[in-house]
Amino acid sequence: MTATGIGAAVRRKEDFRFITGKGQYTDDVTRPGETRAMFVRSPHAHAKIKSIDTAAASGMPGVLEVLTGAELASDKIGNLICGWMINSKDGTPMKMAAHPALAVGKACHVGDAVAVVVAETLAQAKDAAEKVKVDYEVLPAVIDPAKAQSAAAIHELAPNNTIYQWHLGDAKAADAAIKSAKHVTRLDIVNNRLVPNAMEPRVAIGDYDTGTQNFTLWNTTQNPHVARLVIAAFVGMAPEHKLRVIAPDVGGGFGSKIFIYPEEVVCLWASKRVGRPVKWTCDRSEAFVTDAHGRDHVTHAEMAFGDDGKITAIKVKTVANLGAYMSTFSSSVPTYLYATLLSGQYDIPAIYCEVDAVYTNTVPVDAYRGAGRPEATFVVERLVEVGARELGIDPADLRRRNFIKSFPHQTPVIMAYDAGDYNASLKKASEIADVKGFGKRKRDSARVGKLRGLGYSNYIEACGIAPSQAVGSLGAGVGLWESAEVRVNPTGSVEVLTGCHQHGQGHETTFAQVVADRLGIPIDNISIVHGDTDKVQFGMGTYGSRSGAVGISAIVKALDKVEAKAKKVAAFMLEAAEGDIEFKDGKFTVAGTDKAAAWGEVTLNAYIAHKFTGAQLEPGLKEGAFYDPTNFTFPAGCHICEVEIDPETGHTDIVGWTAVDDFGTVINPMIVEGQVHGGVAQGVGQAMLENAVYNSDGQLVSGSFMDYTMPRADDLPSLKVDMTVTKCPGNPLGIKGCGEAGAIAAPAAVINAITDAIGTEDLAMPATSQAVWAAIRRVAKMQQAAE
Amino acid sequence: MPVVSMTVNGKAVSADVETRTLLVQYLRENLRLTGTHVGCDTSQCGCCVIHLDGKAVKSCTTLAVQAEGCNVLTIEGLAQPDGPLHPMQEAFRENHGLQCGFCTPGMVMAAVDMVNRKGNELDEQTIRQELDGNLCRCTGYHNIVKAIAAGAKAMKGTSPSA
Repeated sequence: MTATGIGAAVRRKEDFRFITGKGQYTDDVTRPGETRAMFVRSPHAHAKIKSIDTAAASGMPGVLEVLTGAELASDKIGNLICGWMINSKDGTPMKMAAHPALAVGKACHVGDAVAVVVAETLAQAKDAAEKVKVDYEVLPAVIDPAKAQSAAAIHELAPNNTIYQWHLGDAKAADAAIKSAKHVTRLDIVNNRLVPNAMEPRVAIGDYDTGTQNFTLWNTTQNPHVARLVIAAFVGMAPEHKLRVIAPDVGGGFGSKIFIYPEEVVCLWASKRVGRPVKWTCDRSEAFVTDAHGRDHVTHAEMAFGDDGKITAIKVKTVANLGAYMSTFSSSVPTYLYATLLSGQYDIPAIYCEVDAVYTNTVPVDAYRGAGRPEATFVVERLVEVGARELGIDPADLRRRNFIKSFPHQTPVIMAYDAGDYNASLKKASEIADVKGFGKRKRDSARVGKLRGLGYSNYIEACGIAPSQAVGSLGAGVGLWESAEVRVNPTGSVEVLTGCHQHGQGHETTFAQVVADRLGIPIDNISIVHGDTDKVQFGMGTYGSRSGAVGISAIVKALDKVEAKAKKVAAFMLEAAEGDIEFKDGKFTVAGTDKAAAWGEVTLNAYIAHKFTGAQLEPGLKEGAFYDPTNFTFPAGCHICEVEIDPETGHTDIVGWTAVDDFGTVINPMIVEGQVHGGVAQGVGQAMLENAVYNSDGQLVSGSFMDYTMPRADDLPSLKVDMTVTKCPGNPLGIKGCGEAGAIAAPAAVINAITDAIGTEDLAMPATSQAVWAAIRRVAKMQQAAE
Repeated sequence: MPVVSMTVNGKAVSADVETRTLLVQYLRENLRLTGTHVGCDTSQCGCCVIHLDGKAVKSCTTLAVQAEGCNVLTIEGLAQPDGPLHPMQEAFRENHGLQCGFCTPGMVMAAVDMVNRKGNELDEQTIRQELDGNLCRCTGYHNIVKAIAAGAKAMKGTSPSA
């Protein structure tokens, strides 16, 4: 390991611009002649749009254009799509309702865009938007996903509001195992609905060049090329080569900026109509009712146990709320990103999962940090923990008895786990958390009238995401490979163009570390270029903890080619056979001689091309690669949460948090630990604080930071983060991925700890002080009744 | 439209603004000081924290006209041009106290104010409680807390920033 190579905690190259206020986020971009857009949004969850009167708004000062779904339709702007086809168990395809960028005929959720005003200034656009008169006929709203299938259909094509009824696994085997089980643990689980709330609200600037007829979209997106593909091929805004998407610095995503949103389409379209750039900046209140939400599952789950606590089956029925329209990847989240992880870290012979996805009059729901895997982990880890309590077996011991111990391991739900050592992470975490001393700590807490609990979460996730052919067979509309281009300059400095996109992950540092390590050049001589479809040829963006495992693997492949070509150049320079050239620490040598050439000499010779003819070798040094993974990667680990609770108030303090994760090879431990910290915070947020609450009319009552409880610094503990390593055998560096682990592991650890402390499993997320207090009261009442 | 005059990062500035113009809009749009960010519309997130006459304020809830005659310091003015970083900026970088960077300017400005008010020896609990007005979605605050403790110590002997 060098000071800046693989494994070094290099301080981030990108930080200087952020700590000095010189980051360039989309809202910091200003185009000459820029106009501003303000959307008119439905205040009703479900309403027929009888008429829209734009006359008064159009006459307001500074107004350039007022547009509605009628103009959208007459200009033949296509609908937004969901890009992952899921078939129901009867073979019928999912019921994808039309999703126009501006509502046509009716509005389907509070916040649904009904019209847009484009004006000289934002203030003028806001003033005019208030003058747009929309005559609504309010329709009954469907809000509760558990009741959606017995309500009137929101979209005609989806009777009973059912998008698909999907299943995976072997129902007969699971039923038989449950029937013959020594014990069955049953749980009803609500996986609470969350609002991603990246700190930077979404922004879009559409800029149509009337001369070239080219469009440019500046956008807060995690995957600019996919945005371009969808807006070109499905929305039909422009041919792909006439649309450039630029994602500059992006202030957090967590999934919510993967998707293609109506506002991006409208800004591009409006820009062409007004002949000037159109900018839209989302308010936070607007973000709450337009950014895709996460989770929102209602689940019944059963786990069967045989002799000695051996898990024999798991059976799960889930209703997943996808909201009013199917967002870009919404269909895949409660299916192939969820049910495929229901084996957890355990050797379970029979698994069956049914998922009904439903429409409701709420904001669309799609991938949010972890996407399906937190929901699966919560189901499995709650069942295991509760099962252990019911069987009177120590929960760590029950886990150990059921761990998968040999690899590769084929689960009954598609996944073939490639490598792992689940006992190692449990053992290390138990030592760091001092599980042995818990009994004494619990007695100490009891002495001061406090309850104390300890909870495990042994999660597994699937990252990468996967071979394109495999995801294609499961319904994905895209391939999930990644591209890289390594451009070496004559002076030896290097630019790496990647199809990944960073929005907090530190790629400009970690990717450069890989290159520095390989080429033996200073990290400051390497630039990572991303986020612009005119620079990077194509790429799939960043989500699903894929940038290390897939994006870096593409860079490694391109570096292989660069090295091979550079060796050819060196051979001509050193008048040696190509096979005798060795490359190490930035130096080319001829085996068995003292002949050598430095990296910079070889790169210069590649470009001046004085030592070889064009017939012998092409000048230049630039290589590209497309890397398609061989499998999902399987990060896994053990998180242990310890809580202390005041039974008088329900106030819960997390007094200990230990995370031991196996991410395979770690490029930059500082950055990886940071990813764990952030993931745990979001998982603790889900478990204890956050909840997107709709009332029965479909109003989002937790629709601001005043009402939706974001984790603050004093809600969270200091974290003990450590690692164990089994390398991923499927990619060149052995990387598994780390971005989502914390959010996947944390909710089950928290709820397992709190329920351990209070002695009842009857506790839903978020376990606020009030909810914990109420659960403690229920226990007390039951005990009184029993007496 | 009223004329508003103030000193921003040591420079006298003056402009005609609509009375409803927020200080953050004035900084970002008129002066193009885009380091100060807007992350919410309810004064909760703290991405817009700047110093007004030496005290941390949320510039999204301050009218530009309220800053008349005041001394405004933004993230861009925290370190001297071409000089070394402010110790708090350096501490955020050294301790990986930022990921996406969007909350960072507000965090750094709030942290400097915290040191100005509470001194150079800040314990974890104090820092966590004092960060009540600043949200971060990336870091889980773990490294922000470490950064502020380290930055506070490193600020010893420096004069409070204006």
